[in-house]
Amino acid sequence: MNQEKLYLYPMWIRLWHLINAVLCLILMITGISMQFSSKQVTIVQFDSAVTIHNLSGIILIINYVFFFIGNFITSNGRYYQFSSSGLFYRLKKQVIYYTHGVLNKETPPFPINKDKKFNPLQQFTYVIVMYIFVPIILISGLALLYPETIPVSIMYVSGLHFIDFLHILSGFIVSMFMFIHIYFCTIGKSPLSNFKSIINGYHETY
Amino acid sequence: MTHEVYIRPSWFVILLIVLVILVFVYSYSSKVSSISATSPVPAKTDSISMHEFKNAGENENCLKCHGQSKYVLENIEMGKSVFKRMYSELIIDRDLFYSSNHRYFKCIDCHSEDYTTFPHPNNLRMESKASCIDCHGGDPQYAKYFFENIDTGFQASVHSQKHSQDFTCWMCHNPHTYKINARTNENITKTIIYDNNICLSCHSDYRKYELLTEKENPNILSKHDWLPNQELHFASVRCIECHTKKKTDSALIAHQILPKTKALKNCKECHSVKSELLSTLYKYQAQEVRSTGRLFSGIFTSDTIVIGAARNYTLTWLSIIIFIGIIAGIIVHACIRYLKH
Repeated sequence: MNQEKLYLYPMWIRLWHLINAVLCLILMITGISMQFSSKQVTIVQFDSAVTIHNLSGIILIINYVFFFIGNFITSNGRYYQFSSSGLFYRLKKQVIYYTHGVLNKETPPFPINKDKKFNPLQQFTYVIVMYIFVPIILISGLALLYPETIPVSIMYVSGLHFIDFLHILSGFIVSMFMFIHIYFCTIGKSPLSNFKSIINGYHETY
Repeated sequence: MTHEVYIRPSWFVILLIVLVILVFVYSYSSKVSSISATSPVPAKTDSISMHEFKNAGENENCLKCHGQSKYVLENIEMGKSVFKRMYSELIIDRDLFYSSNHRYFKCIDCHSEDYTTFPHPNNLRMESKASCIDCHGGDPQYAKYFFENIDTGFQASVHSQKHSQDFTCWMCHNPHTYKINARTNENITKTIIYDNNICLSCHSDYRKYELLTEKENPNILSKHDWLPNQELHFASVRCIECHTKKKTDSALIAHQILPKTKALKNCKECHSVKSELLSTLYKYQAQEVRSTGRLFSGIFTSDTIVIGAARNYTLTWLSIIIFIGIIAGIIVHACIRYLKH
């Protein structure tokens, strides 16, 4: 088996990823705690949850700007760019690998290398999450932090409801992504190798 | 032939930001144009037609002085008459009176008939004023308003306990202008402003506050420093939401104002599925939801979302099912991987 170590995750990416992961977890827990607040059961005290959620949200915005600019000015941004041509075919192939091939120890259809850090499915979902849903959460969260700025009506519905719905929906989608993302990270050379990679920066191919 | 598009994800973010700016600009420009389209000078309110009121003619005997800011005091012996200013507390606004709940009353229904002589006899100053319960108590017609419970609550409140007889119903409710509100859910913002202004008429006005106590009037803003988004809370809920003892099944408005140490300070009393607000400010909406079984439950009006108290059970269950599905999928996949390896 050809084994090599690729330095795919530079320090700024690892730092951003660590902060992002911790903040997303905090935001998910405090968000659920507030949304499903009950007098009997407390995950996080309501006032603490509000303060922690607001502070974490602001730090997440700063962290996102760091990620966005980082990808804009370094070569890391190219990993998130892809062609629409044959996209469906590539996604289908990767899905088949995850549902069938990986169980039968088949070789990955899109091996990771210096030019392709992500397989097509990773690339597609990361783009959807990081460039669509996370910005929606951040913008709607910022608006909810200053609800007086929200227009009374957006597209014939209450502006406040519209923004709140977008925030919760995007929060749910990103939270679900987190669970799937963490599980898929166990699919590597060993179940823990991808977790080690995001700490030391080196990806172990197999 | 297919067109190849090279997707640069930063476009999405830029597009999203442009979209947000457009929505805000559009919403605000339409708001500004609707404001500028209305006349800057408010239309003159139509005066109440006095012909509707049988009591109006007799009331004019009083209102010819008490309906304006000055009156003429004549001294027949001296053959002299002078203009005197009417105390602002004694001026009755005709429009407000004839649109109030007590609009069909004659002045002397509640005040002594001796007031019909002028100058008024001095002993009338000792006249004790009727309270709400004096007229409304024990009357089946008013049973639905629970005046007895209101009176019991008021007697137990700090206002009554600390200020004894000085503090009457009229300190908060002006019998000459009182108009019932908060019977529907249609204009909650108006109700909030109306009710909070009652409290603030003393608690933000030292001149009125000092009529009842020697104590220093507490600064409302600094006393509520602990409240997150203080301004938003003040605009969205009433003082009585936290400062009264609730009785869910009786009077709409709880009248037992609690000492400050017993005021609600736990966020979850309002921000939870069984929010206290459902028994007070949003009582009518709660009843409506119960009777119609609407999709949304809890506090979910067009201009309010009380976090933790608004629920959409369909979406909640849908999200739980999706979550369970994802976790089940992960477990099944992991098990097969483990078994095959």
